[in-house]
Amino acid sequence: MGWAIALHGGAGDIPLSLPPERREPREAGLRHCLDIGVAALKAGRPILDVVELVVRELENWPYFNAGRGSVLTTDGTVEMEACIMDGATMDCGAVSGLTTVVNPISLARVVMEKTPHIYLGFEGAEAFAKEQGLETADPSHFITPENVERLKQAKEAKAVQVDYTEPSNAEIENGGPLMESSGGTVGCVAADGLGGLAAATSTGGLVNKMAGRIGDTPVIGAGTYANSFCAVSATGIGEAIIRGTVARDVAAVMEFRGLSLKEAAAFVVERGPKRTTGLVAVSADGEVAMPYNTIGMFRACATQDGYSEVSIWN
Amino acid sequence: MCGGGVERRTHRWAIAVHGGAGVDPNLPPEKQEQAKQLLARCLHLGVAALRSDLAAVDVVELVVKELETDPFFNSGRGSALTRKGTVEMEASIMDGVRRRCGAVSGVTTVKNPISLARLVMDRSPHSYLAFHGAEEFARQQGVETVDNGYFITEDNVGMLKQAKEADSILFDYRVPLPAACSAAAAAAAGLDGGGVKMNGMPLSVYAPETVGCVVVDGLGRCAAATSTGGLMNKMEGRIGDSPLIGAGTYACEVCAVSCTGEGEAIIRSTLAREVAALMEYKGMSLREAVDYAVEERLDEGKAGLIAVSSSGDVAYGFNCVGMFRAYATEDGFYHVGIWD
Repeated sequence: MGWAIALHGGAGDIPLSLPPERREPREAGLRHCLDIGVAALKAGRPILDVVELVVRELENWPYFNAGRGSVLTTDGTVEMEACIMDGATMDCGAVSGLTTVVNPISLARVVMEKTPHIYLGFEGAEAFAKEQGLETADPSHFITPENVERLKQAKEAKAVQVDYTEPSNAEIENGGPLMESSGGTVGCVAADGLGGLAAATSTGGLVNKMAGRIGDTPVIGAGTYANSFCAVSATGIGEAIIRGTVARDVAAVMEFRGLSLKEAAAFVVERGPKRTTGLVAVSADGEVAMPYNTIGMFRACATQDGYSEVSIWN
Repeated sequence: MCGGGVERRTHRWAIAVHGGAGVDPNLPPEKQEQAKQLLARCLHLGVAALRSDLAAVDVVELVVKELETDPFFNSGRGSALTRKGTVEMEASIMDGVRRRCGAVSGVTTVKNPISLARLVMDRSPHSYLAFHGAEEFARQQGVETVDNGYFITEDNVGMLKQAKEADSILFDYRVPLPAACSAAAAAAAGLDGGGVKMNGMPLSVYAPETVGCVVVDGLGRCAAATSTGGLMNKMEGRIGDSPLIGAGTYACEVCAVSCTGEGEAIIRSTLAREVAALMEYKGMSLREAVDYAVEERLDEGKAGLIAVSSSGDVAYGFNCVGMFRAYATEDGFYHVGIWD
């Protein structure tokens, strides 16, 4: 029993040949954000603050698909979403369709704490952000040259996502739509060693997604979940994660089947369609799991007993 | 399923519908009668479709479409209003066969949100579209649209006014209740006289009415569909449990579930998936899973659900005052009710 933290910067078909200039800034981002989380845990910060703080840093790091650096919709715009959940109270907040809010995760937290609702989307969420005085920026702030290029390539390749609600492993294995970092969500889960658990996830969604598309990230039980057993943040192809209620199922398998966190997380990820799903999870007693069925997942973790890891592939 | 021959039935069908949980205890008898007639009509529509071997996913869409079209309940025409006096509807559908799903939120002109959710499932690469993107997709697909005013009923305009006067978010209910009676109604409902709280904020009345349908067909296929206008006086952009897979709606190989009530409580408890997870991972029967989920997972006084299992069982549960519901099974069970 002790504190534990895990974070991710997305799972997907991350090529093993990823050039250093693209790998290193991401590894540096993971390490930087992990350090911030560990420092916050050591300082005894409330667990919700820890995951929010870490995800804000990940959002601000332009190499990940969340906040600045979000991927673009088919219209060339950014539509961000985020979600946060407290395991002890099971309070949660979520937002979708954000275009100007610098840190979507912080808006999700404000929705949780200052509205009678859990989930606000689009214009209503934007209006609420302004009402609450959250930092906003011109939509162009979020758009990076790398993502403009990525959208262009996606359109040229006609890499409109295949229908993941109608999963065809053949199509997925043909590889077309699963471009590198198309599933690059960010997330953080943490346990304070005293039973407190929290999860937070934030994303720009899928490259070339339809305007208005909502993925798994803001859906409680799909991309994000925390209760008294564990906290989970998932990443990958949102449509598969929604159908699999992935984050909730990790907790359900622990509770109803009596599996350990590692066993439960491995079970849920292996059950999902190949190359769709990754997750990070921590249990109340400080266990960490970071399974994925994609080629890689940008991830990092640390525990109170001194273990720490930053990795992409096996 | 492919067209052509009819596959031989291997399972017993069952169907359940709901028109919302949390009913005003003072609902006048004629309104109660009207609700029961509507539920029975929609149930019969579903039963006839099942007898004609329509697939479960088609049956739930058909039935919910009918419930949306009738202005009585809070979905489609008759939806609750946002604080700006507009309608923002949401819906979701899930086919237990391969767990396919589709959902929409923030729909303002689509006559039947459930059918748009179905199109998201069948014809988009995504599972969930919202607001302008959902509306745009509706136009691309050529679904029937109407002016937002079509959905707004006089009753609901009055309700919104009262909700604003009471400076609170009201769950939608059919019969306007003077604000002064709200506390009494809440007390009569066995709830905290100081007001029901949702996410820590007071609600003066508790009486939501989403609609939903769950079906297992003669081939053992399960499906669920849920549709709603959401909360009276809600903030623009508010998303509730109805479109969220695992919260308001869920279907898999073993069962189908549609929930109704306080959306925030349903989301937190991932209520629909909970029932299925208890069956799948803990080996409970449908009845046991429904009871456990309602008793152990749901905040007191908040919500209800209907469910069917692939083996043809049907169950419902709620922990608030009343739930508009009806069900029928191939074995001849038939029920239409509102109270305990």
